[in-house]
Amino acid sequence: MEQNDPITQINAKDIRKIYETMLKIRMFETKEKDLIQTEQEGFAHSYVGEEAIATGVAAALRQDDYITSTHRGHGHMIAKGGELGKMYGELYGRTSGYCRGRSGSLHIADFDLGVLGANGIVGGGIPIAVGAAYSIQLRKSDQVAVAFFGEGAMNQGLFHEAANMAAIYQLPVVFIVEVNHWQCGVRYETVYHPSVIENVAIRAQSYGFPGEKIDGNDVVEVYQYAKKAIENARSGKGPYMLACYTYRIETHFMGDIDIRPADEVNEWRKNDPIENLERRMVKAAIMSGSEMEEIRDSVSTQVTQAIDFARQSSKPEPESALEHVYS
Amino acid sequence: MRKIEFRTAVREAMEEEMRKDPLLFLFGYDVGEYGGEFRVSQGMHAEFGDRRVQDAPINENGMVGLGVGASITGTKAIIEIAFMDFLPMAMDAIVNQAAKFNYTFAGQRSVPLVLRTAMGGYIRAAEQHSQCLENWFVHVPGLKVVVPSTGYDAKGLLKSAILDPNPVIFVEHKFMYPMKSEVPEEEYTIPLGSADVKREGTDVTVIAYSYMVHLTLNVAKKLEKEGISVEVVDPRSLVPLDEETILNSVRKTNRVVIVHEAHERGGWGGEMAAIIADKAFSDLDAPIKRVGARNTPIPFPAQLEEFILPSEDRIEAAIREVLA
Repeated sequence: MEQNDPITQINAKDIRKIYETMLKIRMFETKEKDLIQTEQEGFAHSYVGEEAIATGVAAALRQDDYITSTHRGHGHMIAKGGELGKMYGELYGRTSGYCRGRSGSLHIADFDLGVLGANGIVGGGIPIAVGAAYSIQLRKSDQVAVAFFGEGAMNQGLFHEAANMAAIYQLPVVFIVEVNHWQCGVRYETVYHPSVIENVAIRAQSYGFPGEKIDGNDVVEVYQYAKKAIENARSGKGPYMLACYTYRIETHFMGDIDIRPADEVNEWRKNDPIENLERRMVKAAIMSGSEMEEIRDSVSTQVTQAIDFARQSSKPEPESALEHVYS
Repeated sequence: MRKIEFRTAVREAMEEEMRKDPLLFLFGYDVGEYGGEFRVSQGMHAEFGDRRVQDAPINENGMVGLGVGASITGTKAIIEIAFMDFLPMAMDAIVNQAAKFNYTFAGQRSVPLVLRTAMGGYIRAAEQHSQCLENWFVHVPGLKVVVPSTGYDAKGLLKSAILDPNPVIFVEHKFMYPMKSEVPEEEYTIPLGSADVKREGTDVTVIAYSYMVHLTLNVAKKLEKEGISVEVVDPRSLVPLDEETILNSVRKTNRVVIVHEAHERGGWGGEMAAIIADKAFSDLDAPIKRVGARNTPIPFPAQLEEFILPSEDRIEAAIREVLA
């Protein structure tokens, strides 16, 4: 690393933002894991360990670009600029939430930020991103749509349908595959042929657009590849796929049983995307330890305030459940 | 007034709205140069070109999913899936995505999508090309379901469906495409949720939609000679439902037959009968009678298909039963 570390090619302000975003996701999820098992209801899926992907991709996007997200979507939302208070508000089922507290973790969306929704159906968001890209093309806009999904979703027929349509219409869409090694309680080795497993992005080739495997725990690499893929789409050259190899540090949902060997999880903990970034920032003299401390404190305060905000906000009236069936 | 085919009326509705809205597009397999499986979109590709009238791969779920994504980001999709039997391939996009978005995201964005499809038998198309599945969608909150019986109704209702901010399942009928009806040259719309009394009568109300309206009108004409006066009410859309027009008719005639081509078991007739029992029970002089397809798949050869699907004879028998 050191002097030739590509991190030095990114300006300090952007790196600072990236670091802060990754911390936001980490601290949000770490608190959430406790809250959902104590004072909230429902289910939530932790993005811990995968922060570099949402953060690196979103850093390369504009606010008016679109993303579709997944059941493991908190990270995507935060990276795209989501407000922590409104997110906790939703998780607490309060009127302050993004969906006024009616939909919970699986369905956070903010259309003003281009977030077309987390999605409770595995793979459900992929054709929606492709449809957004179709709209972009029809409107002659220079926006881009990004579909986030896991390697588990990539076996849905929907992925095939969406990828093919994106290719034949040359749509401005980027497919971000988060290969986190576990499909709920099933190893990804179980659901992929050995010839595909080392690089699931080779599937892109069969549709006629580029696909690359990258290190999903290296935010600098994610950012640089995402930039390339997004600019490719923005300039009318069509879809792109990045298979970001990472690991789901937590269980499938917060509080779920864990059948994974402890050694395997611990090995991946040593490859923590945030600690990796911190080490590199120090080595490249981008940020000092005390500056990092300052950012950590600030994010921690933001998270605490967001939780307080959510706790204090009102619960929806039962009758509000009847609203918005139709527009 | 000029008479045009049902399919032409549907095409005119799309063309008129697409000329006004450059971000409205028609998407489906065969809708392009081929002109649609039932020739509904004939000539449209020549006028509007690619992307506005776009052929799709055969991937129903992906097609509707694309339509949802496009319809929440500033454009509007009309998706054509020629046979309703293929809609089960697209159930996630319809039921979990299109129907839910406005509700789930608390009104942040509605899905102004129209899904055009064709139901029905009587064309010897067998088990996988003859079904009427409209009630599956009636069951899902967030969807509107339109079932026109004439070209005039289809044109006015489709224009309303296109202008509606919600997802609409617009169900045409294969057998009706060549049927001609009077359709004015000038533009008009028909609001969703407005039933139409297709024939006034005093002895019995027959609630029927889509192609069943035509069978019922034939029966009504026949029974008139015996002095039996049949009122035929066409709801035109099942969601929203014009309960008032229907219940007013029931209160007038006090006897009800509900006719639909879909299978009787679990069909829309059960829902309609329940509404009448709930809101006009004391007005009834006889039990409500339903006529629908018998509860089997739809077989291919004429003598079997005709035995399974509703016929004028079965409608007539049901009317006589409630009048007995």
